[in-house]
Amino acid sequence: MTDAAFSADRLFVLAVLCMSVVTYALRAGGYWVMGRLPITPRMRRGLEALPGAIIVSTVLPIVLQGGLAVGLCLIVAAAVQVRLRKEYIAVFCAAAVAAGLRATGL
Amino acid sequence: MPEQNVTVSLKGCLRGAMMCVPVFPGIIALAAVFGTVAAQKGLTFLETVMMNSLVFAGASQFVAMEVYGDPLTLGTLVAMVGVTGAVNMRMLLIGASLRPWLGKVPAYQTYPALYLLTDLNWLLALSEYGKGERDWGIYLGSGVIVWTVWSLAVIPGYFAGSLISDPKAFGLDVVLPAFFAALLVPLWKGKRQTVSWLAAGIVAAGTWYLVGGYWSIFTGALAGAFAGAYLDD
Repeated sequence: MTDAAFSADRLFVLAVLCMSVVTYALRAGGYWVMGRLPITPRMRRGLEALPGAIIVSTVLPIVLQGGLAVGLCLIVAAAVQVRLRKEYIAVFCAAAVAAGLRATGL
Repeated sequence: MPEQNVTVSLKGCLRGAMMCVPVFPGIIALAAVFGTVAAQKGLTFLETVMMNSLVFAGASQFVAMEVYGDPLTLGTLVAMVGVTGAVNMRMLLIGASLRPWLGKVPAYQTYPALYLLTDLNWLLALSEYGKGERDWGIYLGSGVIVWTVWSLAVIPGYFAGSLISDPKAFGLDVVLPAFFAALLVPLWKGKRQTVSWLAAGIVAAGTWYLVGGYWSIFTGALAGAFAGAYLDD
C-alpha cells in the first residue's frame, strides 16, 4: 500500500460529501415530513401498503431485466417461504437454483 | 388496544444483527464488486472507502460510478449527485413508513439512526413490527451490522479485483432480490395487498419499459400506496 492509495482528489471528496448529504436528506426527509402531517386512517392505510408496494416495484424490474432464470429463482424463494417461513432457506434455495441454471447455460 | 412502549435494548440489536446473516453473501459480493469497479475506474483506496461507507447506498454508488470520469469536472460532479438522488428517491417513502414505529423514539436517537436506513433493515424492522415487536434495536442492530459488513467487504474487492470472478455463477446476484421476495410473503393479508401490489407492479413495469433506470421503484411504490389507501374496507 502506497501513499497514493490514501490520497483523495479534492473535487471527488466534494462529490462524495454532496452524494452523502443528498442521500441522508432522503433517508430522513420522508420520516420528517410524516411527523408533520396528521396521520388520517387513509394515510395510515397507505403507509401500511407501502412496504409491499416498494418490494414489488424493486423486485419486478430486476426480474424484467434478469429474465426467466431470475424470475424462476424468486418464485422458488417465495414458494419455499410460503411452506417453511424461513428466509435463510428461501435465499439459499434461490441462489442454488441460480447457480444450477447458469451452470447449464440458461 | 393500548399501544405498547417502544424500547431499545442490546438484545434487540443483536437479534436484528443476526437476522441479517442469511444475506451476508449477497452484501459481501455486492460491496466487493463495487470495490473492483472503483479500482478499475481509477479511484484511490481512500476515495473508494469514503464513497462506500459515507454514501452507503449500493445501487446509487454503482450508477454514480457509471457517470464518473477521470479527471472529475464540476459537471460530472453535479451529474453524480443527481443520479444518486434519483436512485435513492425511494428512501423518502421507506423513511415515511417507519414513522408510526420510530415516531415514539426521541428525535436525537432516530435522526442519527436514519443514516443507517437501507431497504434491508427497513424491511426487517417493519416485518418484526407487524409481528408485535416494539424493540427498535431490530432496526438499529441490523443497520449497524449491514454498514460494517458493507464497509469491510469493499476492501478485498478493491485489492483482489476479481476475487469472486463471477458472482452470477454462484447465484450471489439473486440473494438480495430473493430475500425481498421471501419477506413479501408474510406481508400478504388479503384483497388490499393483492390490489396494491398489482397497482405497484403494473406502474413499476410500465415505468421501467418507458423510462428505465430506478424511477420505477418510486412510481410503483406510490401507486401501490395510493391503491392501498383508497381501497376502503
